[in-house]
Amino acid sequence: MNSLALFAAEGEVAAATGLTAYAWLLIALPLLGAAILLLGGKATNAWGHFLATALSWASFVLGFLMLIAMIGRGHEERAMHVGGWNWVPAGQFQLETGLLIDQLSIAFVMLITFVGSLIHVYSIGYMEHDSDRRRFFAYLNLFVASMLLLVLADSYLLLFVGWEGVGLASYLLIGFWNHNPAYATAANKAFFVNRVGDVGMSIAIMFMFFTFGSVDFATVHAGAAEAGSTAMTALGLLLLVGACAKSAQFPLQSWLGDAMAGPTPVSALIHAATMVTAGVYLVVRSHDIFNAAPNAQLAVAIVGAITLLYGAIVGCAKDDIKKALAASTMSQIGYMMLAAGLGPVGYAFAIFHLITHGFFKAGMFLGAGSVMHGMKDRVDMRGFGGLSGYMKITWVTFGLGWLAILGVPPFSGFWSKDKIIESAFIGEGWRPWVFGGAAMIGAGITAFYMSRLFFMTFHGKKRWVDEHEDAERGVHPHESPLTMTVPMMVLAVGSGLLGLVLSWGGMFSHWLEPIVGGHGEEHPVLPIPVIMVLTLLLVAGGAAYAWMLYWRDDVPETAPRGSLLTQAARADLYQDAINEGLFMRPGTHLTRALVFTDGKGVDGVVGSLAASVGGLSSRLRRLQTGYARSYALTMLTGVVAVLGALWVMN
Amino acid sequence: MSGLPLLTLMLVVPLVGAAVIWLLPNASSRLSKPIALGVSLLTLALALLAWARFDSGSSDRYQLTETHSWIPQFGVSYALGVDGIALSLIVMAAILTPICLLAAWNDLGEDADPKREKTYFALMLVLLTFMVGVFAARDVFLFYVFFEAMLIPVYFLIGLFGGPRRQYAAVKFILFSLVGGLIMLVAVIALYFQGPGGEQGFLYEALEGAVGGSTATQRWLFLGFFIAFAIKAPMWPVHTWLPDAASESRPATAVLLVGVLDKVGTFGMLRFCLGFFPEASKWATPVVLTLAVISVIYGALLAIGSRDIMRLIAFTSISHFGFIVMGIFAMTTTAGGGSALYMINHGFSTAGLFLLAGFLISRHGSQRIADYGGWQRVTPVLAGTFLVSGLSSLALPGLSSYVSEFLVLAGTFQRYKWVAAIATIGIVLAALYILLTYQRVFTGPRPEFAADRTPRDLGVREKVVVAPIIASFLLLGFFPKPVLDLVNPAVEQTLKIVGVTDPAPSHPTNVATGSDK
Repeated sequence: MNSLALFAAEGEVAAATGLTAYAWLLIALPLLGAAILLLGGKATNAWGHFLATALSWASFVLGFLMLIAMIGRGHEERAMHVGGWNWVPAGQFQLETGLLIDQLSIAFVMLITFVGSLIHVYSIGYMEHDSDRRRFFAYLNLFVASMLLLVLADSYLLLFVGWEGVGLASYLLIGFWNHNPAYATAANKAFFVNRVGDVGMSIAIMFMFFTFGSVDFATVHAGAAEAGSTAMTALGLLLLVGACAKSAQFPLQSWLGDAMAGPTPVSALIHAATMVTAGVYLVVRSHDIFNAAPNAQLAVAIVGAITLLYGAIVGCAKDDIKKALAASTMSQIGYMMLAAGLGPVGYAFAIFHLITHGFFKAGMFLGAGSVMHGMKDRVDMRGFGGLSGYMKITWVTFGLGWLAILGVPPFSGFWSKDKIIESAFIGEGWRPWVFGGAAMIGAGITAFYMSRLFFMTFHGKKRWVDEHEDAERGVHPHESPLTMTVPMMVLAVGSGLLGLVLSWGGMFSHWLEPIVGGHGEEHPVLPIPVIMVLTLLLVAGGAAYAWMLYWRDDVPETAPRGSLLTQAARADLYQDAINEGLFMRPGTHLTRALVFTDGKGVDGVVGSLAASVGGLSSRLRRLQTGYARSYALTMLTGVVAVLGALWVMN
Repeated sequence: MSGLPLLTLMLVVPLVGAAVIWLLPNASSRLSKPIALGVSLLTLALALLAWARFDSGSSDRYQLTETHSWIPQFGVSYALGVDGIALSLIVMAAILTPICLLAAWNDLGEDADPKREKTYFALMLVLLTFMVGVFAARDVFLFYVFFEAMLIPVYFLIGLFGGPRRQYAAVKFILFSLVGGLIMLVAVIALYFQGPGGEQGFLYEALEGAVGGSTATQRWLFLGFFIAFAIKAPMWPVHTWLPDAASESRPATAVLLVGVLDKVGTFGMLRFCLGFFPEASKWATPVVLTLAVISVIYGALLAIGSRDIMRLIAFTSISHFGFIVMGIFAMTTTAGGGSALYMINHGFSTAGLFLLAGFLISRHGSQRIADYGGWQRVTPVLAGTFLVSGLSSLALPGLSSYVSEFLVLAGTFQRYKWVAAIATIGIVLAALYILLTYQRVFTGPRPEFAADRTPRDLGVREKVVVAPIIASFLLLGFFPKPVLDLVNPAVEQTLKIVGVTDPAPSHPTNVATGSDK
């Protein structure tokens, strides 16, 4: 019996025993932190951030022990289920809460709590001088709790609670410095775009109830294969809409760049390592649905391929270090989506890349934060340059992340991204050539823009003035405190080694196999060594080109006008202009027109109709003169009239 | 003890309280506030006792019944009794009244005219009596009396204590309500003759599923009730009285008006329209669903365009009432239960928004959204609680409104896919009207105030007002079972009268759903 068939009956997951039975604590601990910090008010100012950090680590330790326990069980008996309470009993709709602790969710638990806790530590230093630090840590804890709920939920409705919880935390943290109106707008934008995705998610969940009579994973996934491909295609596409919004995939990607308004630790945790990858989780978790709907699967792959190129192109033109990283995140998630859209050959690699990316991208964001910390919060890379000598730890840790994302062997990204590129070349007809080609070209562009970013920041000539020379505009680059650099170092180790360790003997793929299913031996349309060599050549070319432009040559301090493509990429390929023209402006006109007609038209017609039907136009004037008591008389007359009418008719 | 007429007591207690307040000598008018609060808390205790006595498992739909002959010649009885839906609405009214009284504590200022002070608080108690009465009535005529009588305290609360255009708003409110009331009155009289008649011919039990007459007659009767309820609910296009009434009311009045009184409209649709005229209801369903979806989207768009914060909240309610009506006429147990739960959740989330907007207005003296900005820096607790109320209003998963909105949509989707799908546009629009408002009022640079005029954050009284409301969001978001258990049987009984059964899932799965079942 192969593992796929064995796992078809997900409903038969064993009830949790031992420590795993306390899985709710994983969520409850950080949630408790958020509650204490928000309700406790100023009294918790002094120690709130320590509490939040400790509770996040506590969740990690608990999750780690559960992982150990899980490894100790047999390959097929690792998944466990923890019941909750009777949540929504309404007529035909019945749903209990519950958590599913399996190989997939525990991998996320590890990523979320480990990277999350490191970022808590980092934030202690980063937010030291912020007067609202307590609120910041409360939101971080709220985020960790919601994200854990998202990945641990055993039903789509409960998943959706976590899904919105992370959206809320993201909204609150993007707008954390909302005294700046642009930041408040950025927060709203993120929420609005995600609401568009929520429409897809909501209809998807309704559709599940309509089709299967329930919305828990066990029922839906067990029935997916037999429900017909039309229904499952619709369901898959609806879920994809939700995934696109959450993971900033084309065409719902526009919010991520603006989301960089949030404090940098937030960008690292939420908008790089964890929340934005939730869409990938959703697709992989729903693999039974997508396996039954080849067209929906194809749509996932297309979205991924478009986004990985879109993000990469935008990334080449950004001078804001955080926005360049955001474009890169979008592009890397595009790779994960592409992998998830390839079906069973890609699921495990999608998650694998998600995890390695979580480490190296979070590391680079923290590095960017460290640079900003030393450069008076500046983000324009044209004003950086030559910083390697001034912040050595940041430079080295960032450098490891850079090597990882380029896919240079033996660093993490090589193991995960190369596997995606290889898998994209598997298949028949046009697909392997298009998807494989896109993934391979994307790797070359990635090498260019990430090297551009790295060289512009740390190498070449310094394009800033020292504080001694100009107190006003000058800066004094310095290395950040240990609370910040230690998390960066830990993540850098991950960037360096995690890929190698997890892919040792196909360990990670094997680990996930009971969940996402195995697949036969399939061969790419090109021999694997050819793919590898071609990819590495493209990467080397991209990096070399960036070296010529941004290290060897001088970087102009104001951006040159650039080609049409550069201008378009700088403007995010006009995504905002399109949204503005298609939705926002017509919407504004519509609401204005409606407000006008509601007062003049609807109210006028209905009002006069009501008045004339009631024959009360003249009385209206009398009442308006202020004789309020005459209404009482009217009432009395009315009651008498009713009784009279009844009496007459009897 | 078991013979205690709880419902009558709940009618009498607030009325006695009101009389006591009115009879107070002017010199001790200060006592009117504590008396009103005490009486409302006593009523709340009675309501909770009624809840404890109510048996959800019983096959009797109406419980805690009292029946006395009143005008037997016309079939009129003084008959009270509640099903789960009515009881949950009564409990909500009883919870919201003390909250509103406390919120209205300083509405009239420090040195208010003693007469005005007495009248204001006495009127709220009178209103409580009528709110309980309209849900507790078990006789159509008695219902009608309460339905009309309710208007009186509201009229005076708006007309005497409202904003600058209070007279206009109050008269508009009365006119719309009277028109609806008159139409319903005709239907009430005609209903008696189509029913079984007799000395108790107006009792609900006598009429449910027992209204005779031709198809045409039934449809006319249905319309008579439906129009009155649509005005009350209010639905597009007869909604235009609500924004005026709400924006000219005191916030506490607005809460009771929009949060409780307007529920009579949707409550009536479920109990009267579906219960008495099932065939006509099915006949009207396409039109009603269309109006409901228009209300959802129209109300939301108008809210987005509103410049006055009180009008904005009123328009959001029009959108929410659209959802409630949709759930009722979808005629599935899921959507019906969702609608009943929605009525409760909406009461609390609207209360949160109106009262917090009121606290804001009392600090700055303006209802115009554009007059604010950056207030989070000045009043962080007010900002945070307003945001949470707003998130509940936009139905954020995890907060109470989400459960009900989802149930309404999912239950509607079972029968009318496109209706539910179009209504989900409301989900996006809700985010716009709430978060844009939050942005305009609370974010941005800290506003400048003269040193001694910097607004203070929420005080203790105000926090006590807000705390139970926010607690309800979380409680009913994660544990709505107590309310759902209460309303489910009533919904099922109504749908049984209508004669519809839930559509079966298209591809039911035969596996154990979760290991613990």
